[in-house]
Amino acid sequence: MTLPPAILSALIDRVTGEIIAHADELTALDAAIGDSDHGVNMKRGAEAVRAERDAFAAKPLGEALKAIGTKLVMTIGGASGPLYGTLAMSLGREIESGSLAEALAHATDAVAARGKSTVGQKTMLDVLYPAVEALRQGKVPSELPALLDAAAESTIPMKALRGRASFLGERSVGHMDPGARSAAIIANTIVKTLEGTL
Amino acid sequence: MSNVGIVIVSHSPLVAQGAADMVRQMVSHDVPLAWCGGDPSGGLGTSVEDILAAIERAWSDAGVAILVDLGGAETNSEMAVEMLGEPRAGKVVVCNAPIVEGAVMAATEASGGATLAQVLATAQELMPA
Repeated sequence: MTLPPAILSALIDRVTGEIIAHADELTALDAAIGDSDHGVNMKRGAEAVRAERDAFAAKPLGEALKAIGTKLVMTIGGASGPLYGTLAMSLGREIESGSLAEALAHATDAVAARGKSTVGQKTMLDVLYPAVEALRQGKVPSELPALLDAAAESTIPMKALRGRASFLGERSVGHMDPGARSAAIIANTIVKTLEGTL
Repeated sequence: MSNVGIVIVSHSPLVAQGAADMVRQMVSHDVPLAWCGGDPSGGLGTSVEDILAAIERAWSDAGVAILVDLGGAETNSEMAVEMLGEPRAGKVVVCNAPIVEGAVMAATEASGGATLAQVLATAQELMPA
């Protein structure tokens, strides 16, 4: 897929805006089971991308995603930098040539490899893999937000096996994973922004 | 410098600098050594840009061993190594070892002219199997 600069610009504006607006919520989730920095880190990355929105939006979609991924890697600071950076860079390599579902599938595999994790370990992968499945099944965009919010909520009863939350073992049960939440916020904002334009 | 270099990456610049001080006391200036700590805003965390700069400072053609503390330091270090590109990326390893003990042991091994593989193995002996 490709996107005209105006749509890409709106997408960057909305996604970074939502991350910034939810920063406190993400930090509160991370305070429960991690090191309380997910919201702050994601906000720093979002602000850095937002500051160069026009330059990113002027690029073809694939190049824009690669450049945004590099920016996230260099600015976020926590493990979510390489994870979201890898997601964006990997998506950027394939999105113009292949289907969105398969590009996202490969990008999600790349994130899993980067984090040495897999589905069911209370991470962002628990939202990304259901997103891949939904796209493969040809779900319509209006079905996705409820589905992805439910996927993020499915991490609540999970025990963390990766990241700082894994130190808590059983005590990580009962809290939503902050990375799953941020992944759902980003994915849902993309869906809502593009709905009607795809 | 022909000895393997050591890079220490902590969430805290104080921890990284303290560990580096202990290494320096053991091996003087026989081993290229660099450290970094803190996120891009100066809070607790790690920065890929700072890790890349530390790898440059400790660069040795014999290779560089990186010691990390918690999760994000490891993920960010692995990202930094990948961004170095080949062939240099192939000469940098992230050790699965405790940061302070690992840095001291790795540097001591490196000061005797050990290979990168030997330095890595010595640091990782400290980790429970």
